[in-house]
Amino acid sequence: MEWFKKTKGGPLPQQKKEIPNGLWTKCESCGEIIYVKELEKALWVCHSCNFHFRIKSKDYIELLLDEGVLEEFDRELVSTDPLKFKDSKKYPDRIRDSRNKTGLNDAVTAGIGKIDGKEISFAVMDFGFIGGSMGSVVGEKIARAIERSLERKIPLVIVSCSGGARMQEGILSLMQMAKTSALLALLYEANIPFISVLTNPTTAGVMASYASLGDVVIAEPKALLGFAGPRVIQQTISQELPPGFQSSEFFLEHGFLDKVVERKNLKKTISLLLDYLTPQGS
Amino acid sequence: MNGQYLDFEKPIIDLEKKIRDMKDFASGESIELIREIQLLEKRRDRLQEEIYSRLTRWQRVQLARHPLRPHSMDYISLLSTDFVELHGDRNFRDDKAVIGGFGKIDGKPVLFIGQQKGRDTKQNLYHNFGMMHPEGYRKALRLMQLASRFKRPIVILIDTPGAFPGIGAEERGQAEAIARNLREMSRLKVPIIISVVGEGASGGALGIGIGDRVLMLENSWYSVISPEGCAAILWRDSSRASQAAEALRLTAFDLIELKVIDRIIPEPLGGAHRNNKESADILKREILKDIEELSLFSVEELRRKRIEKFRNMGVFLKENHLFPDKEIGTDT
Ligand SMILES: [Zn+2]
Repeated sequence: MEWFKKTKGGPLPQQKKEIPNGLWTKCESCGEIIYVKELEKALWVCHSCNFHFRIKSKDYIELLLDEGVLEEFDRELVSTDPLKFKDSKKYPDRIRDSRNKTGLNDAVTAGIGKIDGKEISFAVMDFGFIGGSMGSVVGEKIARAIERSLERKIPLVIVSCSGGARMQEGILSLMQMAKTSALLALLYEANIPFISVLTNPTTAGVMASYASLGDVVIAEPKALLGFAGPRVIQQTISQELPPGFQSSEFFLEHGFLDKVVERKNLKKTISLLLDYLTPQGS
Repeated sequence: MNGQYLDFEKPIIDLEKKIRDMKDFASGESIELIREIQLLEKRRDRLQEEIYSRLTRWQRVQLARHPLRPHSMDYISLLSTDFVELHGDRNFRDDKAVIGGFGKIDGKPVLFIGQQKGRDTKQNLYHNFGMMHPEGYRKALRLMQLASRFKRPIVILIDTPGAFPGIGAEERGQAEAIARNLREMSRLKVPIIISVVGEGASGGALGIGIGDRVLMLENSWYSVISPEGCAAILWRDSSRASQAAEALRLTAFDLIELKVIDRIIPEPLGGAHRNNKESADILKREILKDIEELSLFSVEELRRKRIEKFRNMGVFLKENHLFPDKEIGTDT
């Protein structure tokens, strides 16, 4: 129900990205002071506790795709304000600010790329854009990414990072769950593989639609995943949540993930899976 | 809210009581009293017309939650015969927040799926206030796939304040259960008619909400988040729900405009609870009309149109001049 809520002091650290101008930064999970250059080299993973810092969509493009190259599609799609939604900020202002801040047009970037030479339809979300929330533009770009897979008969890889549906687009955001999942029915029937990669956090409307529908679903370690936000659950049941609740490891244990994969092994793992899921002689 | 009526219903309820009292009193044949009663009845009708022709979004939300509003099982009993309820997800448990089973509408066999609320605390605890767990979505899917194999149309009644947010629900994959339903309902081979009869809160509603026709009762609501949830996020104050209801645009009239639903089903004046039988009769007519129309399509056409219907939802712009790539330092 709570698509969009950021948790305060939930069971998993919610890192804030303010790297001081200095050369050192502090791991938000274990408090270790780390040399930024080292951290960068380690793909923003803490050497002490294996905490995966949140990285940007363009970092995943760099990390996963051959030569770090994505042939981007649908960049020109931008949000409008169907509800004329008013809260502390007008929705169009919120969009404009996010565009200025991130250099992105919305919370997902999609296109065609290669993993170890294998062509894929690729989409990656960015939490920096209104919490990676899914409105009409995200839904449309994911839909088109699925359609590119169908048309070109190439696998689909989506890297998710989202607090859920975008409240400011109301019911239209909710319907993006239906839209993307309905198209995934076609992909499913066409036996074209879909690998879903979950990063911190992937929750609510995105988790309850395409992110959960991969033929294989993998997650980075210690990501916050799930349907309802921890605070909502806590309020509903008025009871302490067990440690590690809704983490990647929790969902692995309960059978909803195929694998928890460290960032440095993501590309290799996806590449192998693509081989295993590509029919012989094609 | 005061027991069995809403604040804005009170003037009408008061007038009706007065009319009833006078009728009791006028068991004799006082022409004057009869005239007086007629006048009062006219006044009541005018008042009703006035109140219900300009309901706010928040008032409709309140009507959707009215303590006397007919629930899914009331509709099933009133508009079908020979209902046989079926239970369980064959895996974990029977989720009482959702009811499923076969019944006949005008002799035509259909599968009913309906989220069920209770009338009192005991019933509400039994039905978990109409808030489903993963096993509920899986129970619904099991029954829908059964209907698909045996070629029975599916009639779904939505009335939920949301999917249940709890530890067990997460452990058993609430998100996965809903996601799977969205995909699998898109693939079913029989007509699916969705009616939002009360509350349609977010993924909890959508999880049984993929169909060929989506209808909403006049005083129901359907939204990405409940007004209270939205108010809590925006203003950290759930008591501003009425304001959030306006911002969310969650009524049937809003959703027609946003091209999310197909039709609005009228309710008796004053809301469905003023006449359960009439409400069920209207709903029944609308469902029958859709079943008839949809039965003309081949399975492939039906599924293609269903997927297209949802594929086309959403509003966005295409911008010709692209936003320049901006370098923004290391805020990773
Ligand atoms: Zn650390």
